[in-house]
Amino acid sequence: MELLSLSAVELGAAVKEGKTTAVEAMRAVLDRIEQTEELYHCYVTVDRDGALARAKEVQKKIEAGELTGPLAGVPVAVKDNLCTEGILTTCASRILENFVPTFSAEAVLNLERAGAVLIGKTNMDEFAMGSTTETSAYGVTRNPRNPNHVPGGSSGGSAAAVAAGECFFALGSDTGGSIRQPAAFCGVVGMKPTYGTVSRYGLVAYGSSLDQIGPLCRNVEDCAVILEVIASHDKKDSTSVARSDTDFTSALVKDVSGMRIGIPRDYLGEGLDPEVKAAVRKAAALLEKNGAVVEEFDLSLVDYAIPAYYTIASAEASSNLERFDGIKYGFRAEAEGLHQMYKKTRSQGFGPEVKRRIMLGSFVLSSGYYDAYYLKALRVKAMIKKAFDDAFAKYDCILGPAAPTTAPELGKSLADPIKMYLGDIYTVSVNLAGLPGICLPCGEDSKGLPIGLQLIGDCFQEKKLLQAAYTYEQLSDSES
Amino acid sequence: MSKEYETVIGLEVHVELATKTKIFCGCSTAFGGSPNSHTCPVCTGMPGSLPVLNKKVLEYAVAVGLAANCRITRYCKFDRKNYFYPDNPQNYQISQLYLPICTDGWVEIETPEGQKKIGIHEIHMEEDAGKLIHDEWEDRTLVDYNRSGVPLIEIVSEPDMRSADEVISYLEKLRLIIQYLGASDCKLQEGSMRADVNLSVREKGETAFGTRTEMKNLNSFRAIARAIEGEKNRQIDLLESGEKVVQETRRWDDAKETSYPMRSKEDAQDYRYFPDPDLVPVSISDAFLEEIRAKQPELRTEKMKRYREEYDIPEYDIEIITGSKHMADIFEATVSLGAQPKKVSNWLMGETLRLLKEKEMDPEEIRFSPEHLAGLIALTEEKAVNSTVAKEVFGVMFEEDIDPQRYVEEKGLKTVSDEGALRRTVEEVIAANPQSVQDYRNGKEKAIGFLVGQTMKAMKGKADPGSVNRLLKELL
Repeated sequence: MELLSLSAVELGAAVKEGKTTAVEAMRAVLDRIEQTEELYHCYVTVDRDGALARAKEVQKKIEAGELTGPLAGVPVAVKDNLCTEGILTTCASRILENFVPTFSAEAVLNLERAGAVLIGKTNMDEFAMGSTTETSAYGVTRNPRNPNHVPGGSSGGSAAAVAAGECFFALGSDTGGSIRQPAAFCGVVGMKPTYGTVSRYGLVAYGSSLDQIGPLCRNVEDCAVILEVIASHDKKDSTSVARSDTDFTSALVKDVSGMRIGIPRDYLGEGLDPEVKAAVRKAAALLEKNGAVVEEFDLSLVDYAIPAYYTIASAEASSNLERFDGIKYGFRAEAEGLHQMYKKTRSQGFGPEVKRRIMLGSFVLSSGYYDAYYLKALRVKAMIKKAFDDAFAKYDCILGPAAPTTAPELGKSLADPIKMYLGDIYTVSVNLAGLPGICLPCGEDSKGLPIGLQLIGDCFQEKKLLQAAYTYEQLSDSES
Repeated sequence: MSKEYETVIGLEVHVELATKTKIFCGCSTAFGGSPNSHTCPVCTGMPGSLPVLNKKVLEYAVAVGLAANCRITRYCKFDRKNYFYPDNPQNYQISQLYLPICTDGWVEIETPEGQKKIGIHEIHMEEDAGKLIHDEWEDRTLVDYNRSGVPLIEIVSEPDMRSADEVISYLEKLRLIIQYLGASDCKLQEGSMRADVNLSVREKGETAFGTRTEMKNLNSFRAIARAIEGEKNRQIDLLESGEKVVQETRRWDDAKETSYPMRSKEDAQDYRYFPDPDLVPVSISDAFLEEIRAKQPELRTEKMKRYREEYDIPEYDIEIITGSKHMADIFEATVSLGAQPKKVSNWLMGETLRLLKEKEMDPEEIRFSPEHLAGLIALTEEKAVNSTVAKEVFGVMFEEDIDPQRYVEEKGLKTVSDEGALRRTVEEVIAANPQSVQDYRNGKEKAIGFLVGQTMKAMKGKADPGSVNRLLKELL
C-alpha cells in the first residue's frame, strides 16, 4: 500500500482496520521528509523522535480501543505560530528562536485527543505577516508543484507539506487569507472557519479580531473531518462560540441542485490573471450545469477591504507583538540599560515586514490619527459585513478566485509590499466579516501551477460551503 | 499673600478588589507567596494566552457604582493601554477608556458648611501590574508577577474638592462604602487603596481652572493632607512670583515633605488606547443589575439610622462602631448572641479602642470573635468574674481570640462564690488591720476601701467586690 497517497481519512481507516499502523504511517512521512525537506523546507522543526514516540503511544491506544476517531494515528503538521507544549514554537521569528511553550494550543489538544500525531512545526511568514513564506527568519519554503515558485503564505509551510506528502494534513491560521491563498498556490484544500469556531487559545496572535485556525488537507472530506475535530467551545477564549452544528461531515453530500451561488463582478475584474479567471468561470459553469443557480452580482466596497484590513490587522499586531521584549522569553540582545535592551532586541529580533506592520499599526493608533484611520477602518469593516449580509440574503455561497494569480516566482514579491498586499483582495474581506471560506483546486495554468477556487459562506454556514465544495470536487474528479 | 486663592482638587483612587482570583485568569490574588508562584501563562503574558473576564470583578465594580449613584454602562468594553515596562508582561495594560463600567455618580460628604456632593466622573476596571525587585548586590532587576492581573477599579472624581479636609472626608466615605460592600479592604498602607491627587489653584471668584499637577505616591491620609498643603503652597508661590504652573506628574516624598517632578506633559506617553480584541464587549442585562441591586448590603447611613432605632446606645458610639464595617459586624453578631447592646458597645468603645490605639491597629484588624465577646459579657453578668479580671481576660482575647469561659476555668480566675471562704478572709483582714477598722468606726467611710482592697488581694482578685463590701459592712 502506498501510504503517502492516502488522504487523512483513508489513512485513519487503514489504521483502524489494522492494514497499517500509526508508527508505519509516521515512518513513511519521516522518510518522505528525509528525501524532500532539503528542497522544500516545509518545516521549522521536525520532532522526529517525539513523533515516533507519540505514534507508538497512539497505536497502543488504538489497539486498546481507546481511540476510534477518523484521525486516530494520522500524522499532522502544525503551523509554527500554534503553541506546542515542550516543542519549539518560533512563529518563524528570530525573537522566539528559543521559545518552548509550557502549554499546547486548544486546537492542537483537540487533535491529540482525537489521536492525530504531531510531526513538527511548519514554516510560515514571520508572525503570519506575508503572502509568500519568504519573510520567515528560517529560510524560504518552496512550492512542491514547482520549486522555483513560492508556496504562498503565511501558512506556506503547512500547504507545501500537504502538497509534498510531508504530512497527511496540517493546521494553519488565516488572518487575511493565510490558509486559503497557500492552499490555492499549492493545489490543496484549505478552510478558514467562521470566527469563533476554533479556539484561538495558544495561537500566537497577529490580528486577534481576524485570526482563525483551520485545516489544510488533500480533499474536502478530510477538511470536514478535521474541522469537526478542531472546532470546540473553549472557555479560555472569550471570542469562542458555543455551536451545536459542528457535525460538518454530515454536509458531505454530492448535490448542488437549487443552490444559489453569487459571483461578485469585482472578483473577476481588473488585475485578475486571465487563466485564473477562465478556471474559476469553468468551475462555476460546472456547478451550474449540475443544478446550481449561478449569477454575477455587485458586492460593494471590495476596493476598501485591503486598506481596512491592513489598518486593523497592523493596529492589533502592533499591540500583540509588544510582549516580545527580551524580558521574559525568547531572544534578548545585549545592551546597556532597559531601553537600549528593548530597542536592540526588537530591532534585531523582528524582520522588516514585521517592523513595517508594527510601525503602521502604531501610527494608526496614535493620538490624533486614531479616528481618521483605526476608527474609520472599523466602520468600513462593519459596512463590509453589511454588504455580505445583503449578499447572503440572496445567495447560499459566494464564488470567486482565492488570489489574482497563481504562485509567483521566489524573490519577486517582497520588493513591492503594496503590490503584495493587493494580492489579498479576494481573501481579506472574509476575515473582516468573520465569514467562513474554503479554497480548493480548480485546475492549472499553462505553467502547470495550481489555481484555487474560493467559496465563501455566511457566518456559521460551513456546511453549505462544504457541500458545494464536495460536490465540485466530485464532479471535477469524474470529469478529468 | 496679596490675593485670595482657591484650591481645586480631583482624585483618582485605585482600589484593589477582594476577589479570590485575578481579573483575567484563575490565579490566586492572595498576598505573599514566593515570587511568581501565583502566575500562569495569562498573567505572565505568554504568547498564545488569552484573557477571560472574572465575573466577580464586574459584580464588585457595579456594586460600587450603584452605591456611588453612578450610571451603569450597559454595554462596556475593555481597552488596551500600551506602554513598555517590565512589570507589565504584555507591555499593555487591559483597562477601560472609551466605555467605562460606571459614569456620572456622586457621594455626599460632611463639611463645616453642611453636606456636599462630590461628583464621580467614572469608575473603570483594570489589571494591576507585577513588581520589580532591584537586586543591588547582583546589580540586576527581577520581576515578580504575583500581583500582575490582580483586579483594580479606578474611581475618578470630578474636580469638586476644595481642601485637604474635603479630600479626606471623600476618601473616608469611599473607603466605608467599599468596605461595607465587601469589595475591598481598602488599606492605604498596604496599597489596596491608592490615591493620586490632581490639584490646581485659582484666584477666588475665577471660573476657569488653573493648570493642574498630578501627585503620586500617597500612602496614608496624613501624607495626602500634607501633600495637598505642600502642593497648594508651591503653586501659589509660583503664581505670586509671576511664574507659571507646569502641567506635570509629581512624586510626593512624605519624609522630606516635598514633591519632585516625575514627568511633564511634553514627555507624556501616547498610550495608543484601542478596544481589546481578545475580550468581547460586556452587556449588562436587567437581571444581572437587579441581582446586584438585591444583594447590595446595608450601607453606613442606613445602618446608623437602624442603630438609632434598634439599640439604646449613644450617637457617638453609633458613629464609631459603624465607622468600621468589621466593628459593626462584631457588634451586631455579639448582640444577636444575646448580649446587651449597651454592654457590647462599652467593650468596643472602651477596651477595644484603647488596645487598638495602644497597638496602632486598624479596627479592620480586630481578631476576637463575637462568640467570645458574648461569652465574656455573660461571665460578667453572672458575676463569675469581676471587672478587673474581665479586662485582663479581654486583653488576652484581643491578642489571641481565646475562649474566655475556658480561659477563666483553666487559670482559676473565677470569682469565689463560696460565702464561707470569703467570710473567713474578711474576718482575717479585719483582724490584721485594726487601725483601718478603728478609722472606719470613727466615721472615716473611706477606710473601707482599703479593707476591700486588702480582701481582694488576699483573694487574688477572684472575689466579687460587691460581696466583699457587703460582708465588711456586716462584720464591722
